[in-house]
Amino acid sequence: MTAEPFTTEEVARIRADFPILARTVRAGAPLVYLDSGATSHKPVQVLDAERDFYERLNSAPHRGAHALSEEATAAYEGARERIAAFIGAQAQDVVFTKNATEALNLAAYAFSNSPHPGIPGSERFTLGAGDEVLVTEMEHHANLVPWQELCRRTGATLRWIPVTDEGRLDLATLDELVTERTKVVAVVHASNVLGTLNPIETIVERAHEVGALVVLDACQSVPHLAIDVADLGVDLLAFSGHKMFGPSGIGVLWGRRELLEAMPPFLTGGSMIETVRMEGSTYAPPPQRFEAGVPMTAQAIGLAAAVDYINELDIKRIHAHELALVDRLLAGLATRPWVTVVGPTDLESRGGTVAFVVDGVHAHDVGQVLDNAGVAVRVGHHCAWPLHRRFKVAATTRASFAAYNTVDEVDALLEALDRVPQIFGVAS
Amino acid sequence: MDLYQELILEHSKRPQHAGLREPFEAEVHHVNPTCGDEVTMRIHVTGEGSEAIVEDISYDALGCSISMASTSILAEESIGRPLTEVLTTYEAMKAMLTSKGEDPGDEEVIGDGVALSGVAQYPARVKCALLGWMAFTDALHQSGRQAALTQLEEGTS
Ligand SMILES: Cc1ncc(COP(=O)(O)O)c(C=O)c1O
Repeated sequence: MTAEPFTTEEVARIRADFPILARTVRAGAPLVYLDSGATSHKPVQVLDAERDFYERLNSAPHRGAHALSEEATAAYEGARERIAAFIGAQAQDVVFTKNATEALNLAAYAFSNSPHPGIPGSERFTLGAGDEVLVTEMEHHANLVPWQELCRRTGATLRWIPVTDEGRLDLATLDELVTERTKVVAVVHASNVLGTLNPIETIVERAHEVGALVVLDACQSVPHLAIDVADLGVDLLAFSGHKMFGPSGIGVLWGRRELLEAMPPFLTGGSMIETVRMEGSTYAPPPQRFEAGVPMTAQAIGLAAAVDYINELDIKRIHAHELALVDRLLAGLATRPWVTVVGPTDLESRGGTVAFVVDGVHAHDVGQVLDNAGVAVRVGHHCAWPLHRRFKVAATTRASFAAYNTVDEVDALLEALDRVPQIFGVAS
Repeated sequence: MDLYQELILEHSKRPQHAGLREPFEAEVHHVNPTCGDEVTMRIHVTGEGSEAIVEDISYDALGCSISMASTSILAEESIGRPLTEVLTTYEAMKAMLTSKGEDPGDEEVIGDGVALSGVAQYPARVKCALLGWMAFTDALHQSGRQAALTQLEEGTS
């Protein structure tokens, strides 16, 4: 059975959970928030969960034997279990980080020129001259710059999969790009600009043929699609809590158990050790090995509440709802010849973001006109500068959707957009 | 929208003194990393101290209407004028743009620049309006005219 978009009444009920959606902006315009790809809003259920932690349980988990610390530990680890279940994973394979950026850096910093003497199996994470790291031309800077830096540190070579004019990965040369030299393939699941959903199975299959690890940037897919890490077949996967109704300051790195066990630490210090002597230290097993310092406990609990919230809405319906909004926006843009969509113009393998340019008008100016009507979109290169270079545009305007967006909001965007050609004197 | 005054749209559509010319003492390239706006700018300044004259500002810019217009106005208001006066204009522009709307700008000092006064209401756009000016002051540095800038800082601190 295919999932149905939310009805008008259902969306109204969802919206009532998000207090911020009731506010106005600028000169009293109702807020039309189409920037959930940057960060989503938080329902009261998430705000309450965080507040409840501070009011009842506040203390440092895993540090101390007093009652509060025990309860905080149970809440923190319980959150890990619910978040793990959400992506079809086991709790011990879920590492909490500050955000996806930190999770991807954690993965990249695990690699170095030589194995870690105290961590059996860490040869898996050595890299040197002659080795290659493969990324794509549509990566967010968070899944590009850490790999550039890794290559600089180790002497490995960075290569990338090109993007077609339609905004999809050009996999025609995949077999030449992924070779025995390839050690890591780092790829985005759903593009934060184009909306493209990449064929991960194809990439995983080829990467695993040559023994390369696949790192998936799932920032724009975990909030919107049913994800099962076992089905995807990737080796490491990263996402941020704040894009899925969760608090800021919490992200996740999931990894295959044997990999996490062989992985050297990134941030070091308290809570991640096994024994410490002046001469040297040994490290705790995962996930603690990767969670140095007092963790973001309230944020983890908030993210677990967000996951519960999504489960209640049903993520399949969230995806169907967002696709219906994308469909309406694409149809509306198609009737405006002065607009060019950057990315796939159909619903095939697509997520909930749409990027476009108004011919002859800079995205910053488009965004300003929309903002004046209360419509919040993202303008710029969206941390995907090479992708924008690929399409020979300095910047795009991007609308991105969440469960709380309505058909009327898509129409409000289109209506505000119609003022752009007139204000800037370009042909409409 | 009061942000997009006619003058701004005109400047952004027909940027004055655009293009890169010779002679020049310094060429700089500035970008606004949040939106990808770029400007390459050359300056040609002759004379020393209070006698210094801004002979030419030439540029190649890519950006939003605010950054394009601001750079165009910078060139239009500055070419042929004493450097000290141009720097006074810079200070007045910066004060207006960062005043959150309190300083409407003095047309006597900043000329067409007053058309940019609406930008002060939009903190996210102030960088756009200052991009060309940042390039200009950097180019002064690169061409060994730190003294003029230091004087300016001392005068306002
Ligand atoms: C595809 C993608 N990857 C990575 C990130 C980085 O996420 P964060 O800024 O939360 O670390 C984002 C969001 O900004 C994104 O959209």
